[in-house]
Amino acid sequence: MNVSLGWLGAMLGQELDAADVARRLAMLGAPVEGIEELHRDLDDLVIGLVERVEPHPNADRLSRCWVNDGTDVREVVCGAPNVRAGAKYPYAPVGATLPGGIKLSARKIRGVVSHGMLCSPRELGLGADHEGILELVIDAPPGTRFVDAVPLGDTRLELEITANRPDLLGHRGVARELGAALGQPVKLPAIPGAPTDGPASRRVDTRGSVGGIEVSIEDREGCPRYMAAVVRGITVGPSPAWLEARLLGIGARPINNVVDATNYILFELNQPLHAFDLARIRGGKIIVRRAEAGEVLETLDGEARRLSPIMTMICDAQGATAVGGVMGGAISEVSDATTDVLLECAYFDPKRIRATRQALRMSTDASYRFERGTDPDAMPEVLRRAVALIRAVAGGTEPEGAIDVYPSPARPRSIFLRPSRVGHVLGVDLSSDEIQRLLVSLGFAVAPKDDRLHVQIPSWRPDVTREVDLIEEIARLRGYDSFPLELRPFRSSSVPDDPGEVRKRRIRELLTGAGLHEARLSPLTRVDHEAAASLANPLSADEGQLRMSLLPGLVAAVERNWSARVRDVRLFEIGTVFHRERRDALPTERQRVAGVVTGARTPAHWSAAGKTDDFDRWDLRALFGAVAEFARVDGSLRATQRGWEWLASHGDVCGEARVMDADRPAWAADVLGFEIDLDIAERPYVQSVALPTTPAIERDLALVLPGALSAERVEETIRESAGALLERCYIFDEYRGKELGGRSVAWRLVFRSPGRTLREEDADAVVDRVVVELKERFDVVRR
Amino acid sequence: MPTSPLDELVAGVAEAMEEIAAADETRLAELRTEWLGRKAGRLTRLLRGLTDFAPDERRGIGARANQLKRELETALSARDAALRTSGAPAPDVDWTMPGREWWRGAVHPVTAVIDEICDVFRELGFTRVTGPEAETEEYNFTKLNISLNHPAADEHDTFYLQGGPPMGSGRALLLRTHTSPMQARTMERFTPPIRIVVPGLVYRRDAFDPSHAPAFEQIEGLAVDDGVTFVEFKAAIDFFVKRFFTADTAVRFRPSFFPFTEPSAEVDVQCQLCRGSGCTTCKQTGFLEIMGAGMVHPAVFEHCGIDAERYTGYAFGMGAARIAMLRHGIPDIRLLYQADMRFLDQFRGGR
Repeated sequence: MNVSLGWLGAMLGQELDAADVARRLAMLGAPVEGIEELHRDLDDLVIGLVERVEPHPNADRLSRCWVNDGTDVREVVCGAPNVRAGAKYPYAPVGATLPGGIKLSARKIRGVVSHGMLCSPRELGLGADHEGILELVIDAPPGTRFVDAVPLGDTRLELEITANRPDLLGHRGVARELGAALGQPVKLPAIPGAPTDGPASRRVDTRGSVGGIEVSIEDREGCPRYMAAVVRGITVGPSPAWLEARLLGIGARPINNVVDATNYILFELNQPLHAFDLARIRGGKIIVRRAEAGEVLETLDGEARRLSPIMTMICDAQGATAVGGVMGGAISEVSDATTDVLLECAYFDPKRIRATRQALRMSTDASYRFERGTDPDAMPEVLRRAVALIRAVAGGTEPEGAIDVYPSPARPRSIFLRPSRVGHVLGVDLSSDEIQRLLVSLGFAVAPKDDRLHVQIPSWRPDVTREVDLIEEIARLRGYDSFPLELRPFRSSSVPDDPGEVRKRRIRELLTGAGLHEARLSPLTRVDHEAAASLANPLSADEGQLRMSLLPGLVAAVERNWSARVRDVRLFEIGTVFHRERRDALPTERQRVAGVVTGARTPAHWSAAGKTDDFDRWDLRALFGAVAEFARVDGSLRATQRGWEWLASHGDVCGEARVMDADRPAWAADVLGFEIDLDIAERPYVQSVALPTTPAIERDLALVLPGALSAERVEETIRESAGALLERCYIFDEYRGKELGGRSVAWRLVFRSPGRTLREEDADAVVDRVVVELKERFDVVRR
Repeated sequence: MPTSPLDELVAGVAEAMEEIAAADETRLAELRTEWLGRKAGRLTRLLRGLTDFAPDERRGIGARANQLKRELETALSARDAALRTSGAPAPDVDWTMPGREWWRGAVHPVTAVIDEICDVFRELGFTRVTGPEAETEEYNFTKLNISLNHPAADEHDTFYLQGGPPMGSGRALLLRTHTSPMQARTMERFTPPIRIVVPGLVYRRDAFDPSHAPAFEQIEGLAVDDGVTFVEFKAAIDFFVKRFFTADTAVRFRPSFFPFTEPSAEVDVQCQLCRGSGCTTCKQTGFLEIMGAGMVHPAVFEHCGIDAERYTGYAFGMGAARIAMLRHGIPDIRLLYQADMRFLDQFRGGR
């Protein structure tokens, strides 16, 4: 919210320093997002005294003026009808820069050289008025800087107001906070020309009349209090300069004196008001009631709004004229011809306003405030000031006092506060006196009762509802800085670490060590699968579901890297995948790791003339196996038709690796991908085995394998038939040649006996046995 | 008198010794092979052929040959060491040529920040847990004292899931907008002392732009026990900031509003770029906002079955992605979530 430093200063009766105010407000919980010194663009203007005026010889509407600028008298051509000798105006001399960046030079106008310019409010950014130049009724001598002579200089502060503090949406609320910190009372600034007295308002239970209009509340929940005043004989027109300046100071646009007056009250006292053209209220009635289903109203913005019974309507005898607390209707809008107005000042229920503006999908200055909670107790005072302001700026009289329909007046709210609880929460024991002093300065009324304090809450603080809210007020006003930093001994957490987090860290170490970069991708994507969890309100169809797998995102990332002409891509991600088992229940979440590699297996090196091999499927198989060993507690890798999968011991497939489909440019290489579920079960510790003390014997066994026979099956048979002496065996070569009628695969067999030194014959005997078995089982022979 | 094979060798060794003293690497290797080569080295052959000599000669020749061998070995290794340490130019090696690199992967900068933050809080006794990303309105809002009827709920631009109870019913399904639901989940399952940090993804209905992402990482913290106070809360956060940033980083606590903490605070740290003098990153304030925090609101305790009269606690939440951006000067949050190799590669050195 924008606030004017000048306005705040007027309420606190002292000049305020912007930086100091910003610091204090920040430490009170209303940080200042921006500070703007206004009218810096008027620095070049001075007060000019017009000494003589003559008609322009060549133009009817122009005049020649001799302007005293304090040092000299300059001739200026002026087109304003209101220019007259002896008056003072803002004068922009030659060389001055006007708002908007125009730099003035001496210029010939219809044959007469004009040295500078006398300015209208609009030319200075001070209002919409461009009918004439701005006549200044001031004592300052000619040549005085305009911004020093006219009280325009103001600073606008942009405040961030939290949702719990509606009272800070008006200048008075902000001034109260500052006043509490500065020890200054808040006083509303006098309105120039305002009448000092007026008739008192009259409270009634459910209905009463003012200015011939009968006002009644039917929807007491939606509108607990409704006040109306009638001002007759006004003249709608532009506001005086001081009022426009106030509004411009906070960035609001002046419209006309009636609207400007209600806006002034809104920004000053945080009470939205609505002005009806009295003549356009049909049937002499205002009824506050719930909307009927299907009812339609055209609001001030020209939209036809469909209404529903959650909404509170302001109606006349013939139907709705305004959506209460949200927006007025076009029917009863104040126009230039309006002479009598009915001024509404009401309290609307925050929850109902919230529901209403959500249903209407609109938010206004009024609904924003009502939704957060206005001050119902302040209404009579607010309305009195609003009427005085309208009479001051638009003329008119208030023949009878306002009507105040208030079926069940709210009792003041109060809370008990235990001073001991303050210390219990804050860690510093504060005296009852200090607590009282702090609360009282914020407008709370405090009375000791037993060992507690009875605290009455000011009506403008709907956010304070329980003891802890008062404790926060105390801490806030005393200043968070005033509390010391004291680390105290702590007891260990009863919550154990998530073992999955440890597992993830180790997988990251493995994969970064293998040269893959960790990616983090958005889980929101497009998934065409019936078990996908879909968003009800996605940002786009491409982000409409939660991912069920990590690999598609990584492949898309590879493609993006290719678009940037990056050929070598190595990425992995650890993240959540979602699977919806039932449509009306939360999806199941699983933690997974996935990776993709494509391109060079190692960085190019000059020693190999820049050549490197690309990653191939055998790199993938090994990488997948290594990750699975880290990620899973048990299971085994199994070859499939297209690649590999990880088979958990309970039989579920929980991971796969394969060559991925990708939109691959000709210069890019295969994308090899894997993905596997993380098993968070704790793995048993490795149990070490004794190192061998006897030598090993190696034998190589090259076998010719017929087409369909897998190496895995052969190796299983080798292991089985070799028995306990075979320590390990592994494939070290493969050769494919037509003359073989298949392929030759060579194993190296390593034999060892833990107890004795094997003889060559022992190994040969085992190999012979293996060969016989293989021949028998698969008709496989040695090459 | 016939010269013994040994005499010839002695002369040869003497010559070789002179040559060794001045040899370069290549010549040194040749000399080693000529004399001590495993197959055809002159001394090796002599020693291997000892059996050809008469037994009485054998011992003397053997001893002498072995002595020569030792002398040669000593000279060879001395020269070898000299060549290495003196940095005598090896004619064919250009030491400025690049080494044989291997691919080095990098942990994501956000992961690094999360791990570091969790490690700092571990010093204060916090364990590390995680929780579900899809949640209910109850855990995301109502248990945390965020009324769906209050404007405070508007600050969470929430993604809802299709299916399930209607929006606003308290049981509607959604993607968590903060990691705070884990406060409630943890308090329901465990009794104090509770000290946890919870890193994880959270979701906001914001399209990608330089400062917004629909999913980003947060870290939640919660400490609940007897006698946990505002004073201890401030100290713990101050400890964290000084450990994570630098020991001389100033910390500022400002009053704020979060429905689930009271008193609530925004925590600012001294801008790491300008050290507090004001710059564009900190919008001339000298401070950067890094977390929302405060004392756990008693209503949250009540909703989670914890005795609000007896226990007190504090909670905090911070954006790991934001901290990573500040730390590394990353101008656009989208860089974190695009998996661009050129970006990720910058972090391969760690930190």
